Order: sequence, then C-alpha cells, then structure tokens
Amino acid sequence: MLKEFASYVTYGLIKLEHGSRLADALEFFIYDTIKIFLLLSVIIFIVSIIRSYFPPEKTKKILSHKKEFIGNILAALLGVVTPFCSCSAVPLFIGFVEAGVPLGVTFSFLISSPMVNEVAVVLLWGLFGWKITAIYIGTGLLVAIFGGFIIGKLRLEKWVEEYVYKIHTGQGQETLKQTFKERIQYAKWNTADILKRVWLFILIAIGIGGFIHGYVPQDFLTQYAGPKNPFAVPVAVALGVPLYSNAAGVIPIVYALMEKGLSMGTVLAFMMAVTALSLPEMIILRKVIKMPLLAIFVGIMTVTIISVGYLFNWVM
Amino acid sequence: MEIKVLGPGCTNCYKMEELAKKASTELGIDATVEKVSDIQEIMKYTMSTPGLVVNGKLKHSGKPLPDTEKVKELIKAEM
Repeated sequence: MLKEFASYVTYGLIKLEHGSRLADALEFFIYDTIKIFLLLSVIIFIVSIIRSYFPPEKTKKILSHKKEFIGNILAALLGVVTPFCSCSAVPLFIGFVEAGVPLGVTFSFLISSPMVNEVAVVLLWGLFGWKITAIYIGTGLLVAIFGGFIIGKLRLEKWVEEYVYKIHTGQGQETLKQTFKERIQYAKWNTADILKRVWLFILIAIGIGGFIHGYVPQDFLTQYAGPKNPFAVPVAVALGVPLYSNAAGVIPIVYALMEKGLSMGTVLAFMMAVTALSLPEMIILRKVIKMPLLAIFVGIMTVTIISVGYLFNWVM
Repeated sequence: MEIKVLGPGCTNCYKMEELAKKASTELGIDATVEKVSDIQEIMKYTMSTPGLVVNGKLKHSGKPLPDTEKVKELIKAEM
C-alpha cells in the first residue's frame, strides 16, 4: 500500500517520467520516509509504555545487591528499557551506588543505556534491515556486560568520589503511582518529543540514500577504510569520541558511510564510540568518579569496541 | 505552604519553577517556591529531575512536565 502511494505521488501527482533517475529517487524517498516514520512512531510509543513501568527507582531496587555477572546481564538489559539521558547520569550513579548496586553492575547499565535504545533499533531496522540490527543489539549488550564485569572485577571502589558514599537518600524516595491513562499520555509525549528531535536527521539520511546514491562511486571509501585497512577501526573509534550525539544523529552519518564502502565492523565501532564513549559524558562522570577510574573505563571501552570492530570485519 | 522545585539546572527545571510559581499565584495561596539544585538534597526525594515537592512530599518527578492545572491539583492535594 505504501509502495502504491509512493508511485501515485511520483507518477500521478508530479507526473515524472517513468524509469528516470529522479523519479526512482523520489519514489524511494517517499516510500522510505513514510515507512520509517510509521515504524518509529509505533515502536517508540510501545517502548515508552513499557518504560513507564521501569523508572530508575525500580531498576535500582532490582539491581541492588545482585551478584556480579548475573547483575551485569540484568543491568545491560534494564539499560535498554529504563529512561535515561546523560544529564541524569550523576543522580543515577549516586542512587545506584547508595542502594548497594555493585560498581561494575552500575557501569553495565551506564554503558548499555545510551548505546542500545529504541531509536537506534528502529533506525537500524528501517535503514539496514533486521540482521544488522540484531548484530548491533547483541554486541552492544555484550560490550556493556563485559565492560561492567571487568570494572567490577578490578575492585575500583576506592576511585569513586568520597561524597557519593556519604549521600543518604531518604526513605521517602519511592515511585509515584501512575494510572494507565497517565502512561499513555507519557508515551504520546515521549514519542512526539523524540520525533521532534530526530525528524530532520532522518530525512537527511533517507535523502542521502535516495539521491546521492547514484552520484558518488559505491566503493569511494573502500580503498581508504575497507576491511583490508587495519587502521580503519581505531581511526573510526578515535573520530567517534569527540563527536557527541545520540543514536538518532549518528545513524544517518553511518548510513552514508556504509553506502560508500565502509565495512560493517568499522561502522559498528564508530557508532558505539559515538554513543557510549563521548567526551561530554566523561566530563559528567568525572563528577562522581576519580581520574584513574575514568581512565580505566575509557580504556576498557576503547579496547572492547575496537575488538568488536575487528571481529566483524573479519567475520563478514 | 512550602514548595520545592528539584533540578540541577536544566531547561525543564526552570520551566518547572515557573509552573510552580504560576500555579501558586493563581491559587492565591501563601507559598514559598524554592529552587533546589544541591544534588544531595535532590537525591533525598528522587533520581529523575525535575521534581516537585510540596510540604516535604514528592508530588512529581521526571519528564514530561505537568501543565499548570495539574500542578494546581498537586498543590491543592496537600492543602
């Protein structure tokens, strides 16, 4: 039905010539735009309702005093559904540590939350297909689980700022009861809010896919950054760190890069570096952890992300 | 009546403060609206900002912000 609509607009309304490059591009653009925005609205709405059942207070309770490893897995999974933005990383970190969530488990959550979320999933699915989406979710969770697990094993609690342990949250800290109607309202608001922030990026991404498609050679980047170049992955990660963006902003760039021959592993590594290893987030985290721990965190993340990149360049 | 707005200093926190002031003026009550940005103090109530505390009770936390009518209701419930 969407396909028919797209060709109706292209040939019926605008009356472009059948089979011309411009007509093809426009048809693709209309079809993809509608498809992705429908997908985004529906999935964000559903995920928002699920999220409203997992406020940070509840996640904290679930993770409190959990054994390591099991805790890391749970934290990585809860990171996907608990609403989080880097601006609330500090209260969240303090709340978790204070509630007895092990340090490594807290990190698993902090890594997975910005990296694997519904916007990333929908965009990847819409633009690249389900296979790449599944690979991204799977490796993202693995990075979060193992990154957090290693940090936990290293026993780095002494490098958490002292004041974090001194804060005692009141007994009054409990979740406010929500009616189902309020959850629906929250979901509507959240969907609109996310769409407002990402629509332009998405249009640009689809535009790149549709219009520039035929004009830049497919393998333009292959010779510089293809799977054969051993430096492609570390360079992609290094470029990703100062860039701060959410998944919605980075996926269009990634889409354009992949169209032009950047290999899968390099693309995955770049995306993870941008979302999980950003400079502003490090500055925020510095408020609650001391320099050595921050450095170890960055080091572990860098090594893990680069390994993921190499692994996929090698496998695919 | 004592109203506290919890927030480290994001845009939504300022909006919340405005809302609280507007609501208490419209209700015509004698209330002090205090902005709390100290993280230790915020953590006593919630992890999701902005928060609204009326007479020591958490009435709202996180996004989305309530509208003025809703804030009035929340305040009235504590009167």
